[in-house]
Amino acid sequence: MITTFAAALNAGLRRALEDDPKVVLMGEDIGHLGGVFRVTDTLQKDFGNNRVVDTPLAESGIIGTAFGMALRGFRPVCEIQFDGFVYPAFDQIVSHVAKIHFRTQGKVIAPLTIRIPFGGGIGSVEHHSESPEAYFAHTAGLRVVTPSNPADAYLMIRQAIALDDPVIFFEPKRRYWDKADVDFAAIDDIPLDRARVCVPGADATVVAYGGTVGTALTAAKIAAEEGHSLEVIDLRSLSPIDFDTIEASVTKTGRLVVVHEAPVFAGLGAEIAARITERCFYHLEAPVLRVGGFDIPYPPAKLEKYHLPDPDRILAAVDRSLAA
Amino acid sequence: MPDKSAYPIQLIQPDGRRVFDREYAALVADIGPEQLRDLYEDLVVTRRIDIEATALQRQGQLGLWAPMLGQEAAQIGSARALHPDDYAFCSYREHAVAYCRGVHPTELTRLWRGVAHSCWDPHAVNMTNPNIIVGSQGLHATGYAYAAHLEGAEIATIAYFGDGATSQGDLAEALGFAASWSAAVVFFCQNNHWAISSPVRIQSATPIARRAYGYGIPGLQVDGNDVLAVLAVTRQAIARARSGGGPSFIEAITYRIGPHTTADDPTRYRSAAETEEWKRRDPIDRLRKLLERESLWDEAFERRVAAHADEVAHQVRSATIDMPDPAPMELFEHVYATPHPLITQERSEYAQYLAGDPGDAAVHQEGVHS
Repeated sequence: MITTFAAALNAGLRRALEDDPKVVLMGEDIGHLGGVFRVTDTLQKDFGNNRVVDTPLAESGIIGTAFGMALRGFRPVCEIQFDGFVYPAFDQIVSHVAKIHFRTQGKVIAPLTIRIPFGGGIGSVEHHSESPEAYFAHTAGLRVVTPSNPADAYLMIRQAIALDDPVIFFEPKRRYWDKADVDFAAIDDIPLDRARVCVPGADATVVAYGGTVGTALTAAKIAAEEGHSLEVIDLRSLSPIDFDTIEASVTKTGRLVVVHEAPVFAGLGAEIAARITERCFYHLEAPVLRVGGFDIPYPPAKLEKYHLPDPDRILAAVDRSLAA
Repeated sequence: MPDKSAYPIQLIQPDGRRVFDREYAALVADIGPEQLRDLYEDLVVTRRIDIEATALQRQGQLGLWAPMLGQEAAQIGSARALHPDDYAFCSYREHAVAYCRGVHPTELTRLWRGVAHSCWDPHAVNMTNPNIIVGSQGLHATGYAYAAHLEGAEIATIAYFGDGATSQGDLAEALGFAASWSAAVVFFCQNNHWAISSPVRIQSATPIARRAYGYGIPGLQVDGNDVLAVLAVTRQAIARARSGGGPSFIEAITYRIGPHTTADDPTRYRSAAETEEWKRRDPIDRLRKLLERESLWDEAFERRVAAHADEVAHQVRSATIDMPDPAPMELFEHVYATPHPLITQERSEYAQYLAGDPGDAAVHQEGVHS
């Protein structure tokens, strides 16, 4: 069935609500309005306002009360309306949600799913286009994932909700309106923490996630016309990272370019570069390169096309790698 | 209720005489001679535990301790108002609350000795572990109460926090959520007058209980050194919550006689005269005077209570000293509830390192060896 990314998420949430009475959706404007991106559209109508809860406008409150609900055995799915709004909830996420299992030596779980629309490319105003994934990936106790396409959106949101660990679920907002064929009856074919090789290739590996996977795929198509075969990997899970899949690819291609929207300094690309250098030192034909956002606050809309990695910047990095 | 806050509710005067208060005395009408003596025993035993733990810290057996000396009545009075299926969300000074919830005294020092970040199994006693982040637990209590409501369970939660925590945004958000959801939560502030070195006037220009009114939540002030008054007002709030009446806010006016923690030096920020003044309002002395006035006091009772307190303190001491240091591999336990490849890898590498086989430690660095 041809479905948008947002509609696939909606279907996944609906399925989770049907499957487990302990699943409760919480967030600002998620009920009657269906969320500002309509991801929760019609769910409150169908499941009632005790299952799909419009909360007061307070992000720490959303996560903190959801944490309390989890202590009672619930599986809250919290929506943070925009990436830049998650910071007031940061303490609740890293100090409580992430640590309770360790703190209680396994006696308590906090199976929250925290949905955060993230990234730019939609021409929005300040605080609406950020990529805070490194903050959360750096926090032990959290899992961090991001689907890049409708089929994964449907699969991964259900896997995240079912998991006994807390999951930060980043939704690349410029992909909300992407359409693809989603088989809603498909058997889950890939674990939540596994990367996916989107396109096989031989000359260089390009790792991307979320909103930049589509950009990397476009770059791979252009490269193919120029006679270069790129292997594109969709990371899917940002914590843990599936280094085995990247290692297998780099062992084959000898070259790696990591792409993300977030600023490059101390970002996930740095972690991938370091680990892959450890694992594949003698297979690498060139240093691992990173293509990402600049080390600046997210810029105004009229500048974001320069800030966001585009196919040309990815291909320039590939050229540098191939020339090494 | 606003007029109540100007006059802290009291049922026992400092000299042990009862206060005639038709509304609140009725809430503790069932507290007869034996129950009064039980409350006294709770106060004495928990103070003894606290003093023993403070001594253990001074002797190097604990890394830190947060003494509750002076706050026993606020804690015992409120915690004895709870039902077993209610859930308590605490701060880090609620040792007497934990005692009332059924936490074994030998578990109280685990966090402070540094063998774990927790002391007891929260779900075994319906009380969270000590919570170091100030104010956050108000939200947790609200969420738990809301979830219980969704289940149709008629229980209440109680969130313990200090006067300093009332300055935190999380507590304001908790009041907002609790009011919006009419959640069955009791906000219980132990106003002990000092947030480390900051006097309560730095936290609030208005009586703390009055802040609740702005959220549509009734708030009242109780004499926190009067165990009967605290029991009465908390019973009222818990009953209200359990019957669907929504949240309440209690400000128990008490005083931290000792330091904030054993690392603190209160002589740097407050006068000895102030502390001496509050020692004269001691919660244990007050109940003893009541017992004496009502002919419920005798030396045999005193000896029995003291012996019980000493026995529990001895248990705390020996259990603390006997706590084994955790094994190094416990570092990697329970970080996640589900298998996690990074933790698995680090655990394996560190185990091999500890086994003295560094050659194999680089298990994933095959490139280095090829």
